Amino acid sequence: MLTWIVRRLFQAFFVVVAMTVIVFVGVHVIGNPVDILISPEADQAERARIIAEMGLDQPLWKQYFFFVNDVLHGNMGRSFVFNEPALKLIGSRMPATLELAVTAVLFSICFGVPLGLYAGLKPDSVAGRAIMAGSILGFSLPSFWVGLMLIMTFAVHLGVLPSTGRGETAAMFGIQWSFLTWDGLRHMFMPALNLSLFNISLVLRLTRAGVRETLPMDYIKFARAKGLTPRRVILVHVLKNIMIPVVTVVGLELGSTIAFAVVTESVFAWPGMGKLIIDSINVLDRPVIVAYLMMIVLLFITINLVVDIIYTILDPRVRLETKA
Amino acid sequence: MSTTVAPAVREETPFRRFVSEFAASKLALVGLVGFTIIALLAILAPWITPQNPYDLAQLDIMDGRLPPGSPSMAGYTYLLGTDDQGRDMFSGMLYGLRISLMVGVGSALFAAVVGSSLGLLAAYVGGRTDTIVMRIVDLQLSFPSILVALMILAALGKGVMNVVFALVMVEWAYYARTVRATAMVERRREYIEAAECLALPYRRIMFYHLLPNCLPPLIVIATQQVARAIALEATLSFLGLGVPITEPSLGLLIANGYQYMLSGKYWISFYPGIALLLTIVSINLVGDQLRDVLNPRLKR
Amino acid sequence: MTVTLEVRNLRTHFFTRAGIVKAVDDVSFKVERGQVLGLVGESGSGKSVTGFSIIGLVDPPGRLAGGSILYRGQDLAKISEEEMRSLRGNRIAMIFQDPMMTLNPVLRIDTQMIEAVQAHTNASHSEAWTRSRDALGMVGIPSPEERLRSYPHQFSGGMRQRVAIAIALLHNPDLLIADEPTTALDVTIQAQILAEVQKLATEHGTALIWITHDLSVISGLADRIAVMYAGRIVEAGEASTVLDRPAHPYTHGLIGSVPSRNKKGEKLRQIPGMTPSLLNLGVGCAFRTRCARATAVCEQEPPETLIPPERIVRCFHPMQDVAA
Repeated sequence: MLTWIVRRLFQAFFVVVAMTVIVFVGVHVIGNPVDILISPEADQAERARIIAEMGLDQPLWKQYFFFVNDVLHGNMGRSFVFNEPALKLIGSRMPATLELAVTAVLFSICFGVPLGLYAGLKPDSVAGRAIMAGSILGFSLPSFWVGLMLIMTFAVHLGVLPSTGRGETAAMFGIQWSFLTWDGLRHMFMPALNLSLFNISLVLRLTRAGVRETLPMDYIKFARAKGLTPRRVILVHVLKNIMIPVVTVVGLELGSTIAFAVVTESVFAWPGMGKLIIDSINVLDRPVIVAYLMMIVLLFITINLVVDIIYTILDPRVRLETKA
Repeated sequence: MSTTVAPAVREETPFRRFVSEFAASKLALVGLVGFTIIALLAILAPWITPQNPYDLAQLDIMDGRLPPGSPSMAGYTYLLGTDDQGRDMFSGMLYGLRISLMVGVGSALFAAVVGSSLGLLAAYVGGRTDTIVMRIVDLQLSFPSILVALMILAALGKGVMNVVFALVMVEWAYYARTVRATAMVERRREYIEAAECLALPYRRIMFYHLLPNCLPPLIVIATQQVARAIALEATLSFLGLGVPITEPSLGLLIANGYQYMLSGKYWISFYPGIALLLTIVSINLVGDQLRDVLNPRLKR
Repeated sequence: MTVTLEVRNLRTHFFTRAGIVKAVDDVSFKVERGQVLGLVGESGSGKSVTGFSIIGLVDPPGRLAGGSILYRGQDLAKISEEEMRSLRGNRIAMIFQDPMMTLNPVLRIDTQMIEAVQAHTNASHSEAWTRSRDALGMVGIPSPEERLRSYPHQFSGGMRQRVAIAIALLHNPDLLIADEPTTALDVTIQAQILAEVQKLATEHGTALIWITHDLSVISGLADRIAVMYAGRIVEAGEASTVLDRPAHPYTHGLIGSVPSRNKKGEKLRQIPGMTPSLLNLGVGCAFRTRCARATAVCEQEPPETLIPPERIVRCFHPMQDVAA
């Protein structure tokens, strides 16, 4: 188990190294680092000074080490637009994105599992078929358009939910959160639903497939032969078997959800780091772009690592195999 | 040489069976008909539409944001209304559809060429080439497509060609993985051994013997990827990272309408969205049935 | 002797798209308290479906199409699902063929046992735990307290079957249906399990229906034997009589094909042909196509003939006093 975790950590480390190389190549080789890292408004003397200061006249491999050194020290330059350290800027936007993504993931379980369970238990019923057809839409619909339609329906026509923004926030651990206030929750509902649509379809299909696969198993029949109530058979015996793959997939999807929050945040003007990166790309605020990419890659790798470890702990069968 | 002749002789019956199996699903047929109509509308757009939406001279800003059914200054009716530039939405949509389809299909084809070549190479050469290619594929597939596309567009900047490049970079890995998996199975078959015994050149074995046998899964993946590419292009354009504002694709049309939606002018975003939706759904319907028909595991 | 279970003209049919499969067709038998009934037949003869019909676990598209299942005079075919559930695992229990599949792999043994106790009693968690531990001890599982905390995959096949037996006997059922519980086990383990079940059944006066295709298993165990073929009972009677002097040609062939009964050098006897498809089976004796004694009359429905004192045979040409 321990050697497995260590090996997994090493893998993650190499991916991080690979990503620094890719981002470095992207910024310093494909693009012109002078343009990328120096504000376009700087004059000639300023430019020369910064080039020397940043070591852009040094050989490439040395520059790479400077870059890695800077990254390790959390120094990724200052935003041209906000004139703040890029990393700090992203850090300040991250809670909004995280709470949105986590809520979306919770939504995907809260909606996906019951719907999938129903579709799996009654595959031939009208509702069961409708759920499956709906899930195809969930995969096909471009999420930004669904977001627009949600706004049109609930904010413009019905006027029951606010269309954009984070609403009122409250502080916890010194960070502002929307989920702590009623107004914030109202603001969060639509974006979170929009962001979770794909995952709801995914979880729904996984759950349905799991139910179809588990129901004919002997151990389900044996559980019924014990005289358990249908409720307990489904909620404990069937669901526990399904929850392992579902939790794994949902966990793995957290990273994608954070990445796709870029779209949802743009639609709902949710002030998270996804909206920040789009704004930054549009105004070529490159230090922020580089910082965002490094952050999200790191986040991604961490999530994958944690999910892998949790999965191993969750499933007794996997646990045994890794022990042996 | 019988190995190369055999598929040509047997071609007739499997193809007929394929057609009849495909037609077994009414939904898939609806998808196929739908996609054909959409593609025809897009291709014939210049001859169907009342207006060339990219010709600024034909646009009248005075006609901006008219609701569907309004008469135009030039005499025809704006069936689906106009956008803020005074562009006829119906014309704009069909032209947008052209761009979306071109970008989607083009990038999917290009990615198919790149991806399947690398996949074939990895499977056929094996060894270190295989390891390197597949490691890159694994690494790339572990990141969501939107993130990869964002990275590329962040490094290269906006623009149609950059979007196509980003889409190819996003998609090639799926082809590589699929083709490699199939080719790994196929290359152990007797007909490849026979071809090798004949000392045919590697390239010939790979592309004439191995590739045709990897086609079924490749077709399935390609259909799915076209739909994905169209959706991703629309998303990128919506975010303002895609095509230029003067020649809007469906995604950009939707983005343009976004700001007017809150004031109840829904049609600017709504109809292009429906067009996008119908396109993607019809391709997916076809793709789902293709997968069921061509998947050897589900057969028999 | 009190009759625990009496099955009268039971019909269980599967309504498939291809047609009606009469898996159980007009089956009648009786089991008395403390008695062991061996239900013998090839795979597909309907013996397992008979078992599932009694305990009310026939899955769609199958359902009871007629007849009655009298448990202590109460017709199980007519009671509600909730009444059936309260009998299942409580008064009527069942153990299955493959012990590797009967326990839920993701739930610990204690969970699976305690829920079985609590399904039929108001026992507290700790009371249920104590009962579970004692039950495990009774079926010969060493250090039951520790084993309760294990997952099924940590047990061998034989141990798992013991756990299943312990679960089935938790409420001292009046009737135990054992569906080939030793088939998947090693021969030495088979003998142990056989002895175990027999002992427990006698101790509590449990009536036992032992479903098997293996005559050698049943010969030392059963008081009575019913031989099934193509959904019907073709011969039923006292075990020793049926085994020593089979009346139905099928029983005769079945006994003949037990390898241990053949002498060395003698050609292994077998029944020619295959079991017929139960789909749209026509009238007449289903065995006639494989039967050496068949004549034109066999194309009609064979009557149930009584061979005194109490043996029943469904055949036009029963064998009389032919030693197997």
